[in-house]
Amino acid sequence: MANGTFDKRNIYSGILFGLGLAAFVDEAVFHQMLHWHHFYDKSTTNIGLLSDGLFHAFSWFATIGSLFMFADIKRRGLFNFRRWQGGVFLGSGGFQLYDGTIQHKFMKIHQIRYNVDIMPYDIIWNGIAFLLLAAGVILVFPTKNRSLGGSTVRGNRT
Amino acid sequence: MGTEHELDHAIHAHTAELFIIIFIAIMLFLYLGTAFKSSKRHKPWPAYRIVFFALGLFFAAAAVVGPLAKQAHNDFSAHMIGHLLLGMLAPLLLVLSAPVTLLLRTLRTSAARKVSGFLKKKIFLFYLHPIVASILNIGGLWILYTTNIYAAMHHSLIVHFIVHIHVFLAGYLFTASFVYIDPVAHRYSFPFRSIIFILALAGHGILSKYIYAHPPAGVLQAQAETGAMIMYYGGDAIDFLIIVILCYQWYRKKGYGSLKQNGIQAIR
Repeated sequence: MANGTFDKRNIYSGILFGLGLAAFVDEAVFHQMLHWHHFYDKSTTNIGLLSDGLFHAFSWFATIGSLFMFADIKRRGLFNFRRWQGGVFLGSGGFQLYDGTIQHKFMKIHQIRYNVDIMPYDIIWNGIAFLLLAAGVILVFPTKNRSLGGSTVRGNRT
Repeated sequence: MGTEHELDHAIHAHTAELFIIIFIAIMLFLYLGTAFKSSKRHKPWPAYRIVFFALGLFFAAAAVVGPLAKQAHNDFSAHMIGHLLLGMLAPLLLVLSAPVTLLLRTLRTSAARKVSGFLKKKIFLFYLHPIVASILNIGGLWILYTTNIYAAMHHSLIVHFIVHIHVFLAGYLFTASFVYIDPVAHRYSFPFRSIIFILALAGHGILSKYIYAHPPAGVLQAQAETGAMIMYYGGDAIDFLIIVILCYQWYRKKGYGSLKQNGIQAIR
């Protein structure tokens, strides 16, 4: 009965963690290490600033919160790595796609890199987003039918 | 704008500094004395809470007296570090030192009952509401940095004093309204506090970027950019601690509550 909830919670925890992870990588690699992304771009729209602020805050909270969710699922013995991992791919892919299309292009928060032909960067960026999303879908959905009957048994063994 | 005026200002500032140091010394003395007295009658008051309290006072003091405070007058980065200490780190440490709990367990029952009755007054309920505390804290910062109050702060000692008191008190209220260490009259649910916290965190981040693009009056562009980034990343670092504590409290409560229902799984 309660296991259905936790089946979903595996995915939610994964999605939130994936979202946070993607935002963290974005911040650490592209802002701090490569200095490709800019902290502030003069073409940023107000709605872009708002979206960026909300997303940053949400993903920061999600990274930490999802790990506590993970710990909670784990101590109940209901952890399912495949579903959790699928969630991580969905979350990171979703963030990557939102960042690459809406935030970079429509809201013009900042571009991936400056003083270069941006086209290949955008294609690779969003291509990766689609691959991550596809991996997430493959991992999350096929287990759905199988887990309905036997998730208790399988879950408790972990 | 003569030297006489500056000298006058310096003397006033000096008196204010002395007053602050004495005040902080009294606070530390009171907390230590209470902890000591309480430890004799009950089980020992945890040493880490005493450390939190002392560190909290130290960081709050560092923001208003001494070298950092002096440098903050003409260096926006130093000002920002000071504000992170006074408005975020010091309040968090002081909340974690659980001063109200200490007071309540040390006082005689009748007096303790009076204090807790006083703390249940509507006014405290109002100020400790996560939304109210967030507006006071983040809204106050928006007003400070987007109006000419920031510039006025450097010319008037009274404005300077009020701004700093506000930053500290609003920071304390804000932290206490999300992280429940001391007893609170009304507890808001974890999802509710999480959502409001995320909005407040976003308000803080957006203000940082706004300052980066629009320096407060009298602040050079380059200084505003560094200061804004200190505010942004420094804020994230301290908010990280608050989020961990908030989630940990959820995790523990979840353990007490619903693990009881699935008793067998709890043992595993």
